[in-house]
Amino acid sequence: MWVARGKYILDRLIRGLPIILAIVVVNFFLIRLAPGDAAQVLAGEAGAASEQYMEQIRRQFGLDQPLYVQFFSYMKNIALFDLGYSFRHNREVSSLIFERLGATALLMTAAMIVSVSLGIVLGAVAAIRDRTLISHIITVFAVVSYATPLFWIGLMFIIVFSIHLGWFPTSGIITVGADYTGLRAMLDVLHHLVLPALALSCFYIALYTRLMRASMLETLGLDFIKTARAKGLGDRKIVVRHALRNAILPVLTMAGVQVSAMLGGSVIIESVFGWPGLGLLAFESLFARDLNLLLGIFFLSSILVVVTNAVVDVIYTIVDPRIELKRKRAHG
Amino acid sequence: MAAENLLSVERIRTEFRSTRGAWFPVVDEVDLSVAAGETLAVVGESGCGKSMLAHSIMRLLPPRIARSGGGRVMLDGRDLLALSEAEMRGVRGKDVSMIFQEPMTSLNPLMPVGRQIVESILEHDDCSRADANRRGLELMDLVGIPEARARFDQYPHHLSGGMRQRIVIAIALACRPKVLIADEPTTALDVTIQAQVLALIDRLKSELGMGVILITHDLGVVAEWAQRVMVMYAGRKVEEADAESFFRGPKHPYSRALLASVPRPEDVLSGIVRPLAEIPGAVPPMDRLGQGCAFYQRCDRRSDACLAAAPPLQQGDRHNAVACIHSEP
Repeated sequence: MWVARGKYILDRLIRGLPIILAIVVVNFFLIRLAPGDAAQVLAGEAGAASEQYMEQIRRQFGLDQPLYVQFFSYMKNIALFDLGYSFRHNREVSSLIFERLGATALLMTAAMIVSVSLGIVLGAVAAIRDRTLISHIITVFAVVSYATPLFWIGLMFIIVFSIHLGWFPTSGIITVGADYTGLRAMLDVLHHLVLPALALSCFYIALYTRLMRASMLETLGLDFIKTARAKGLGDRKIVVRHALRNAILPVLTMAGVQVSAMLGGSVIIESVFGWPGLGLLAFESLFARDLNLLLGIFFLSSILVVVTNAVVDVIYTIVDPRIELKRKRAHG
Repeated sequence: MAAENLLSVERIRTEFRSTRGAWFPVVDEVDLSVAAGETLAVVGESGCGKSMLAHSIMRLLPPRIARSGGGRVMLDGRDLLALSEAEMRGVRGKDVSMIFQEPMTSLNPLMPVGRQIVESILEHDDCSRADANRRGLELMDLVGIPEARARFDQYPHHLSGGMRQRIVIAIALACRPKVLIADEPTTALDVTIQAQVLALIDRLKSELGMGVILITHDLGVVAEWAQRVMVMYAGRKVEEADAESFFRGPKHPYSRALLASVPRPEDVLSGIVRPLAEIPGAVPPMDRLGQGCAFYQRCDRRSDACLAAAPPLQQGDRHNAVACIHSEP
């Protein structure tokens, strides 16, 4: 079984290659539609925006080459997993990215776990207690947090929980200058993680709550629930053994799709909370016209999404025995 | 017909809430009884209340839209309608079991079929999981599932419709119930499988000494498997008879119309072509019944007297009864 799952993932990843390639190509050209380049920004910051200086920078970074030359050299480098050089940071893009990857992965994993589990619980409760006060409260909460912009939630969290209540730090990932080690350092990171993770989760909690509620209501009306009741099972057993697992399936599908959207959301949250992850890096490099770095981040994100989708598919086969691991053939 | 009744339902009434909030009956003062080793067929068109009757006996209707409007369901000297919900859970699946119409959807798709049978055993009987598993396998043998041991861990989607309905039956029989209510158990199955499943229910009925309430709209099934017949119309019992006299001479105009609308294979074989008889119209919506006979609009024997009041059930010999003022030919 596990061998089959391993093979399936490998198969899916190979199938993901053309997708990643397409993303890389489109990104390369798309990003150059934005006005301005690194030379202009660097020259502007140096306060010496003379034509000669900009020419010099462009020559140095190869920006004076025709677009197709730049493109082919970029593709060649990508094929060798060389993501290039960040003009802005004067460092290898790959080392920059890997330095920041952990923070984003931590933030997203936390937000994912919080939103999926809370969404499932809230949605299930709202469905089981349908048309009661608690279900109305959950529904209203879901609608409100679904409709609230992400950056606003982040700012409000900071104002309420950091500034007024003083429960959590306003920004960053560690307490600067504290130099904690071991368990203290871990707790410090978790303390910093709470607000950005919750803020990022809000929208998804709402999304999964609504989805779960609808799915649970539908499941509770299905015939096998009646069979379970006719067996003499109590409500709790019916929900836990029969309804819950069936109702979770659509939430799982949605969560898989939303991984990429969440990556986008983390750009905003990381900027608001000064969380030193990929999102913040992307945000900064966008304004610095640090195109190599930006493309590197996009490249990594697309790989991340393809991998996550494959993993979600495998999780799906574990939860739902009806879905078999079929390695679809292109021909026949 | 001297056998003692296992289950007797007395003047049961079930009400639904209309969208306007008023309560109206969907099962109206129905009596029935079933003895050990006996099959009582409940027949009628869609919407006549036969399924509601079954659900009312099992108390499976959602309380938000349905309530009991009186009557008793006596089993072993206990009135099931008077039990608490917790006590009723001890009855469901243990003393009275039910099988449903749709074998394709009445099993949990994410749980191995063996576990779905065993779950019922563990719920009602104090036994170890190993014992329950063994009994589950025996039940799968009993309902005629080949290679029970291999099937035990399979999921419903691995099984055909007929096999799934056998699993549903095994679940229902897991705790040797006294009464089995089969709500159109074969409607969704093709004809050969239908016959196998009904033969299975009939065999198990004799082996286990159960009483069976067989809900169906297929009079061919009734003729073959039931000892007694009860006809329902608009939530009421309009006729009850032993199967033999029912098929020889149904008393109620509705029963006669039902029988007349059964296609006759012998006509086809002898080359006679005639239009299939049908009963014009449909069962009236139950929240808009007038005070007269509910069948009045569709009846070929109606008279003004029918509109005065709903005709009372006239008791004949033994169980036989009919609710029509024009029942005599």
